This record gives sequence, structure tokens and C-alpha cells, in this order.
Amino acid sequence: MYKVATKRFLNDAKTICLFEIEAPLIARHAQAGQFVIFRLDEQGERVPVSVAGYDREKGTVTVMVQAAGRTTRMLHTVEEGDYISDIVGPLGKATETDDLQKVCVVGGGVGCAIAYPIAKEMHEKGIEVTFIAGFRSADIVILKEELKAVSDKLIMCTDDGTYGEKGFTTVFLKNEIEANIAEGKPQFDRVIAIGPDIMMKFLADVTRPYGIKTIISLDPIMVDGTGMCGGCRVIVGGETKFACVDGPDFDAHQVDFDSLLKRAAFYKDEQDEAAKHICKITGGKRNG
Amino acid sequence: MANMKMQKNPMPEQDPVLRAGNFDEVALGYSAEAAMDEAKRCLSCKNMPCRSGCPVSVRIPEFIAKVAEGDFEAAYQIVTSTNSLPAVCGRVCPQEKQCESKCVRGIKGESVGIGRLERFVADWHMANAEKKDPVVPASNGHRIAVVGSGPAGLTCAGDLRKLGYDVTVFEAFHKSGGVLVYGIPQFRLPKEIVAAEIENLQAMGVKIVNNAIVGKSETVDELFEDGFEAVFIGSGAGLPQFLHIPGENLLGVYSANELLTRVNLMKAYRDDYDTPIKHFHRVAVVGAGNVAMDAARVAKRLGAEHVFIAYRRGRDELPARKEEVEHAEAEGIEFQLLNNPTRILGGEDGHVTGIELQRQELGEPDAKGRRSPVPVPGSEWVLEVDTVVIAIGTSPNPLIRNTTHGLTFTRKGGIEADEGGKTAREGVFAGGDAVTGSATVILAMGAGKAGAKSIDEYIKSKK
Repeated sequence: MYKVATKRFLNDAKTICLFEIEAPLIARHAQAGQFVIFRLDEQGERVPVSVAGYDREKGTVTVMVQAAGRTTRMLHTVEEGDYISDIVGPLGKATETDDLQKVCVVGGGVGCAIAYPIAKEMHEKGIEVTFIAGFRSADIVILKEELKAVSDKLIMCTDDGTYGEKGFTTVFLKNEIEANIAEGKPQFDRVIAIGPDIMMKFLADVTRPYGIKTIISLDPIMVDGTGMCGGCRVIVGGETKFACVDGPDFDAHQVDFDSLLKRAAFYKDEQDEAAKHICKITGGKRNG
Repeated sequence: MANMKMQKNPMPEQDPVLRAGNFDEVALGYSAEAAMDEAKRCLSCKNMPCRSGCPVSVRIPEFIAKVAEGDFEAAYQIVTSTNSLPAVCGRVCPQEKQCESKCVRGIKGESVGIGRLERFVADWHMANAEKKDPVVPASNGHRIAVVGSGPAGLTCAGDLRKLGYDVTVFEAFHKSGGVLVYGIPQFRLPKEIVAAEIENLQAMGVKIVNNAIVGKSETVDELFEDGFEAVFIGSGAGLPQFLHIPGENLLGVYSANELLTRVNLMKAYRDDYDTPIKHFHRVAVVGAGNVAMDAARVAKRLGAEHVFIAYRRGRDELPARKEEVEHAEAEGIEFQLLNNPTRILGGEDGHVTGIELQRQELGEPDAKGRRSPVPVPGSEWVLEVDTVVIAIGTSPNPLIRNTTHGLTFTRKGGIEADEGGKTAREGVFAGGDAVTGSATVILAMGAGKAGAKSIDEYIKSKK
């Protein structure tokens, strides 16, 4: 059993929640870009979620989770001081930040939570970070102060213009790339994009003509996270890769997005159905 | 006077039609009468040929003699003096290739049902023996880490604990047992039995740490830093092999590992568990080993109307245990022998619609004496299915390979180790599928046993 040390909703709409969980083994090794798998209780699913932070001294790992399906909605009802049954990791490879000078990090929605520790690590290493954070609307914006603290330039945008600039991240990324050219500044030597699969696909299209290496973080369906089930297969450069052990970061210009999008939706019907049947009295708590 | 019946006492089984719709155990086990009658078929050969066929050297004629006398507890004590997981072995060992293949009674007629008797003895003990706390040997102060709680790791841990070592097992999954819980289905090996065997080890003082992935949560180096004096790696062969044919990433193509883990470990077949599984109708399982049989029978139990086994060789070459093949057939699994998949077909939505098979003929025997399949040109045909399960074997997990220095590896990715489990790195021992690639539960147990012996010798030599 693993204790939830801290719980805090990160936005007004309470769609994304931060959990700091006591897990010393994970805290000892976790790095930005890696993920963990948690399980709420004996009947629960194993759900992968990215590492959003860690405290090696306190022995805690932080995750920021958006309520989407049954399990994540049930997680949101777990309170500070409660226990979850399992958390394992850190899994996958850490994001590579070596030899970089100037980077643009793009986060979409809850993707900002995953992009944040990566930007933080790069910022601490002295890499110049431009952060573009996109959200649907003002009520779901997260990490306003945190993102500001780890970026040399921060662009916040919403689809409906209710917070920050109005528009999609793709537009602002293109603007920044073009501005570097127009103003004779050094170009980004990498773009790191984390968000919905469809957003990452369009961001890859933006950077492709400029030849800027673009890394995306994938979270396909998986069971064990150690290379055993093969459920997280993704086609990269024509080869089948396992996101859990070969990733989760991949070169966006090599990823077969068509197959990625289809695979992600494989259990959609089952998930939608399961989410309808969360006990309204207990919020899904099964064991007292 | 020995019982000279030519046939084994039949194993009572759940009716095939009924059992194809549930996950309860198929083989129901001998009654005391049947067990004693079967035990009397044993001739108590002085040279014990059966024992030489057992990777963990169970004292077979001795325990069988006790069964014949009706002293089942004494029989159990004899079995467990060399085998720490008898209820498991009695169910899943390929006895017809091991102990029973050496049985003199098998020359004319059927061999003694050694596996069935082993199971009977273990089950009898679990149900009837007075619940006594197991003997907990005093600690000798030497700490040993065991990586993986599958058959190799559990056996190694149990043997070391009996010798007085302070043993900690590290398991990546939330539940202990390795392939015994994620791989082998409930209807073949009830999970309650695995849990009981593990509880028994814990009662003996073996510590188990779940959710600990050696190579990720901590490295082998850190285990030594933390004070462990030797490490046994029994991390198994977790990585599924695929066919590398077109269509393998279509929706509805599973590795056997994924299907079995969802169902066995994550209990997707039960309504009270959250794990999703697709409702499929026509399933093709590629491969014909024990795992393929398990996957096919699981698919049937999940409600598939038709489940096919596609295998490139013929009936005589089927690598699964004979009993599993017979059970699968009785449950209505349809065998497409001498058929090799060439591609998987999908619709516009990316879902599987069929599998293209090419007929094969048997050619000359290969190095192992198995006749190799030769494709018949132009014989491709399409079997309509909505799900394909690939069950053609697994390879060792690279997690430890990628994070542990000082080890050497085979071409197939297994850890190089000698017969006693000794690796190229001092203090590190390995055994089971992590060394050999996918094999059987009992061979892994044998390797765990050998590893425990080597570790004991190693620690003593250091003193």
C-alpha cells in the first residue's frame, strides 16, 4: 500500500489533480520523461501515468492525473492520507536533454504536467526554454506559476481565448520558429511536444519542413509496462517498437500516427461503458 | 501385490461443454481410493528410473509407496523434501516427457500417473493436514536477493531459506508468482494454490517485495550496496515474439502474454474487475505450445464461437502437453494443422478481418528430429477471424541486460550461466527462462534449485 501524501486540484474545473505519493524506490530513480503504473485496489486496472516530479529525500513521486475514464475518475476521489494499492516504476527511458542549447517545449492540456518536469530539468541545466502551453479554456489551465518559473519565454494559449492568447499551439510554434528566422536568432535545436495524439501529429507537421528534430511522449494502452504484453506497439520509422521500454519518447517525424490513433481507441467502447458504472454513493470506493 | 491394470486411473474432469463456459479447474483430482489404487500400480523399481526424469529429483517411488499405504502426510513430506511447489508441478509439468517417460509400466500400457499422484498428495495436505506453522530455520545472517517470483525464483528462495539464508524476493508485478499467476490460466492452475504455496514460503520467513523492478526501481549494483551478498536472477522470458508479417499491428492482434495477463492476472473475465477485454467471436491462435493452448481455451471461455489453432507442423509435432491438446480438442478448439500464417488482413477501420494461411507439407526431419514444414506454393487461403493471438514464444526481458554490467549474454538474449547458475559476474547467479528462453515451469524450478545450491557454496567459500 502506498500513501497519498498530498492531493491538490490544479485548475478551477477540477479536471486535473496532483498526487504526491510515498514510494521511496521510485523516488530514488525517477527522471523526467519516465512514467509509473498505479492500481487503486484489488479489482483495479493498471494505469500508466507520467512522472510529474519527485523528491528523493522525502521519498515521494508526484503525478498529475486528468479524470478521463473510470479509474482516473475514481483516483480523484482518493484523499490525502488515503492509500492506493500499487505504484511501480520508474518505467521507460528518461527524456534526453544532453547537448541541447535552445528548446521549445509544447504542452497540450494535461500534457503540460508531463512537459513541466522536462522543461524544469532543461532550465536547470541552462538550456534556453520556450514553453507553449495550450488549453481548451481558462477553467482547465494548470501550472501557471510553475511554467513561468522554468521557461525563458512562456506562451499560454486557449482555444477559446478565455485565458492568454487565443489559438492553437501549432500556430504559436510556427510563429516562434519563423521569428527565429526573421530575427536572425538561433533556431530551436529541438521541439518537445506532449499532449493529445492528434495535437502531436499536427505539431510534427509544423516542424517537419524546418527539419527541427521533434520528440513526442506517447502513452498508448499497456498492461505491465516492462515489455511483456506488447500492447503498446507503435510503428516508428517502419519498425514496431514498444512504447514502454523503447519509449515513451519517440521522433515525431518517424511515428505512424494513423496506427497510433486507431490503437489508442481500441477499448473506447468498453471504457465508455465502464465509466458509466461508477457507484454514485461511494464514488467507486470498493473496500470501505 | 501390484495392481497390474494397463491403464492409469482416469482423471475425473469437468464436462467439456460445461467447462468451456467457466474458468473453474478442468481436472478435478483423484479421490483417496483412486490415488491408492493408482499408487499400487508402481513396481517400486530399485533403480528409480522415474526419478532421473525429474528435474528436481522427487523421490517418486518412496512417496508413491506411502500413498499406497494411505499415509498421505508422509507422502507429502517426502515430495516436499525436494520440491517446494508440488501442487503446481502435479498440475503443469509435462510428465509424459519427464518422470512418466521413464516408468517401466509405460513399456506395456500406460505409465503410473505420477503427476496425478503428486497433485493428490499436495491437495490432500492443503485440505486435511493440521495447520502447523512451518519450521522457520534460524537466520545465518547472510542476505540473498532473488529477482522474480516465478517458479525459478520461488524455488531458489525456498531452498535458501531452508538453509538459513535471509532471503528477499523482488517482484515487478503487484502479485507474486510470475508466470504461475499471469500466464497459466485459472482453469489449469487455480490461483488460490499458487497463493497458498507463496504464503507457505512467507511463513518460512521469505520476504517478498512487490512492485520492484530490478533494473528500474533498483539495480543489481544497488542490491549489493544495500547489503545483499548474492543475487539470483530468475526474471523469466517476458518479451513476446511476433511473426513479423504484414498486419501484425492491426486492432485485434494480441500477444498471448497480453491476452493471458489481462485475463489471468487482471481478471478481465470477472465482472467485479475493471480490466477491459474485447468480446470476440472468431479467434485464430498462432502457435501450438502450452501457451497457445491456454490462449485458445481462454478465448473460448470468454465466449468466442470459434477458436482456431494455426500451426505450421502436424499433429505429431504439437509441442504442448498431450493433456492440454486433448482438453482443448474436447472443448471445441479447431486445429488448423500444417497451416502457416503469411499475413493478417484488416478492414478500413484498422480491425482484423482475417488471417491468410499457407498450407504446408512435412519435409525432412531437422536437427532435433522434428520434421520441418515446407510451404505449398499457391495454397494460401483466408480464415475469417476478428482476433489473432500470437503465441510463438517469448525471449528474455532486456531490462536487466541493459542495466547490469559484468554479465554476458547468449545470442538470443539470455543470461549466460553454467549448470549451477553461475554467471560471469561474481555473486550473481541466474536460472530459468532468463537463461534458457521460454521453457517449462519444472525446468525453471530445477534451475532455481541448482542456483540455491551454488549460492550456498559461494557464500561458504567466502567465509
